[in-house]
Amino acid sequence: MTDLMAARSQMAISLGFHMIFAVVGMGMPVLMVAADALAAWTGDRTWEELAYRWGKGTAITFAVGAVSGTVLSFELGLSWPGFMAFAGPIVGLPFSLEGFAFFFEAICLGIVLYGRDRVPRWGHLLAGVGVAVSGAASGAFVVTANAWMNTPTGYTLGPDGSVVDVDPVAAMLNPSALGQVLHMVVAAWLATGWTVAGIHAWLLLREPGSAGRAFHHKGLAAALVLAVGFTFLQPLTGHVIAEAVAHNQPVKLAALEARWETGPRAAFTVLGWPDEEAEVTRWGLEIPGLLSILAAGDVNAVVSGLSEVPRSERPPVAVVHAAYQLMLATAAGMGFTGAVALGLVAWRRRLPDDRWFLWLVVATSPLGIVGIEAGWTATEVGRQPWVIQGVLRTADAVTPMPGLPVPLAVFVGLYVLLGLACALLLRRQFLHAPDAEVAP
Amino acid sequence: MTETVAVAVVLCAALSGYVLTGGADFGGGVWDLLATGPRRVRQRRAIATAIGPIWEANHVWLILALVLLFVVFPKAYATVAVALHVPLVALLVGVVLRGAAFVFRAYDSRRDEVQARWSVVFAIGSVSSPVLLGIVVGAIASGRVQLVDGVPVGGWITPWLQPFPVVVGLLTLAIFAFLAAVYLTLDTHDDREVQEDFRLRGLGAAAAVFTLAWAAFFLARAGAPRLWEGLWTSAWAIPFQLAVAGVGLGAIGALWARRYRWARDLGALQVVLVVGGWAASQWPYVIPPDLTVADAAPVRVVRTVLWVLAVGAGPLLAAYGTLLWVFRRRPTQA
Repeated sequence: MTDLMAARSQMAISLGFHMIFAVVGMGMPVLMVAADALAAWTGDRTWEELAYRWGKGTAITFAVGAVSGTVLSFELGLSWPGFMAFAGPIVGLPFSLEGFAFFFEAICLGIVLYGRDRVPRWGHLLAGVGVAVSGAASGAFVVTANAWMNTPTGYTLGPDGSVVDVDPVAAMLNPSALGQVLHMVVAAWLATGWTVAGIHAWLLLREPGSAGRAFHHKGLAAALVLAVGFTFLQPLTGHVIAEAVAHNQPVKLAALEARWETGPRAAFTVLGWPDEEAEVTRWGLEIPGLLSILAAGDVNAVVSGLSEVPRSERPPVAVVHAAYQLMLATAAGMGFTGAVALGLVAWRRRLPDDRWFLWLVVATSPLGIVGIEAGWTATEVGRQPWVIQGVLRTADAVTPMPGLPVPLAVFVGLYVLLGLACALLLRRQFLHAPDAEVAP
Repeated sequence: MTETVAVAVVLCAALSGYVLTGGADFGGGVWDLLATGPRRVRQRRAIATAIGPIWEANHVWLILALVLLFVVFPKAYATVAVALHVPLVALLVGVVLRGAAFVFRAYDSRRDEVQARWSVVFAIGSVSSPVLLGIVVGAIASGRVQLVDGVPVGGWITPWLQPFPVVVGLLTLAIFAFLAAVYLTLDTHDDREVQEDFRLRGLGAAAAVFTLAWAAFFLARAGAPRLWEGLWTSAWAIPFQLAVAGVGLGAIGALWARRYRWARDLGALQVVLVVGGWAASQWPYVIPPDLTVADAAPVRVVRTVLWVLAVGAGPLLAAYGTLLWVFRRRPTQA
């Protein structure tokens, strides 16, 4: 393995790991504060229990998200000093703001978790809102920095190649920022919703008729509201990104769609395998003209293909296309289950608890996280060979340090260990319904 | 330039803040490892109660310092990231293991062997991270962190694995342990026996700080000449030395006399003096011998950073203060 590939793999694994916890850390507080508010409003002990349990889930995922995020802020420089030396001053603003948001989130979470008997009820609820809002904000700020890598704005290059005329605000509000931020925040909420819904559905299946039934049923209902609502909103935010990519990163769009030739009435390819040697995509199901409509709103709009640029400027097409198709497939799966849930609720006027429906929710539950991982793979690999689109190549940003497979191995081991431990702990938190055991 | 200096001052404040808060959390881990005697369970519980609500928020000082470094001094950041790759990766491993182990221990089974397993991981991270952090600081102060054609002079290990950085690493560990012990005397005011345990531990740590500080001072002559010069020959050297020694002795004396609030305040003041002294002695260098405060980002960036700091600091410090205040108070019920 080359050092460059090791550095890229380490970054991919670190981000892929952090992402799960960052996402759940953004979504859990929304559920937690909703349960807390419902408890205050209805006086129902079950909501109180849920708020307490979800608070613990938030604590564990937030802690792992916080440490893995701290590590990432170092890793950016350790692996990509060339990138940070160039981009640091330009994207520093969102990183600073992210630091503030994280700090505020940690403070509010400290009060939520440890302060139940130390602050008044409204203070506790307010701190919960603070966790949810600052969690979403810190995710949004980090995503604007990534969006800048896709559409770098807010600076000019001096004659000697140095960065001059930096406008940090313009850099943060780059053309990709809005779409990416909306898509990510909504994704985090819906993915958490599905994950939590799946856990409660699973526990309802495992212990039918137990004393914890009302607990899990309420948990399932709240999580499904979050999951289904945002699942149906997500295609809209996805469309905002698609237009930005079509406009600013035609090569990435061509790789996402595995499209080789330039022309009007461009087809939208479902499935299919791109052959990078022969420059054709085989076994795909083509919907004529749809890509032109999606990208430019006009069936006759010309969409560029990969053949426009030399091979040295193309991303690995197969990976990008496959990841993108996987993301769309997860969206379809969540949409299907969401439609079934809505249909059943409309028909029966209550949340269904048939076993087949619970199994369907369990089967759908990992799709949100899988979709997020796939989507990030598509956008990050789709930007290659650039780390900053059109400005800095990934190969020129990597550290000169030799032996990079060693830290890669260290971090893989660390993340496997952490992931396993965290999964076991969360299992402990949720496995036992609060029938005998009552929250302290 | 004035703006850059202001950021440099904030950077030092952030580092001091990290030592005073996050550093003490690491120190708590040291005392968790060294908990002995009939009251070891009570000692460990006091440590966990003190760290629990605040350790994540305390990370922010490190992140603030890091973000300021790469936004305002991108060259310095890249140099450190390349030349000190190895100790920084090791530091990160410790940070991750420690944070994760602390949370996992709190939420995992109460069975002794499960708790002991997480405690070992927590202890390893609590000891290794401060030493490595000190090594990184010591290596920067030594003036051996230098890139030529993008590659570190002296290789990837030799520049930082030297007597001076290693002693600074041990000194850092001792300072963190001292701070933690002093804070814990205040946290355990309702358990006199445990409070006395931490008082004795604090005095032991103070002896270690004193010894290691002298060792670092004499090693600096060969190991960090610029620092030595600043601490010895400049106009402010002697008054500064007297101030540090006086405050340090004052902190120890207060701990000896069971004046715990005084011990905490003087201990904190000493940390600020040490960080400030380090910064002042290598002024105007950020990373000696190549990078000074003049190698900063464009002034517009620096101004934006200062605006963000100014606007954000008020509400955040208020929230942070609320957090600390809430957990200093006794519970309102239960």
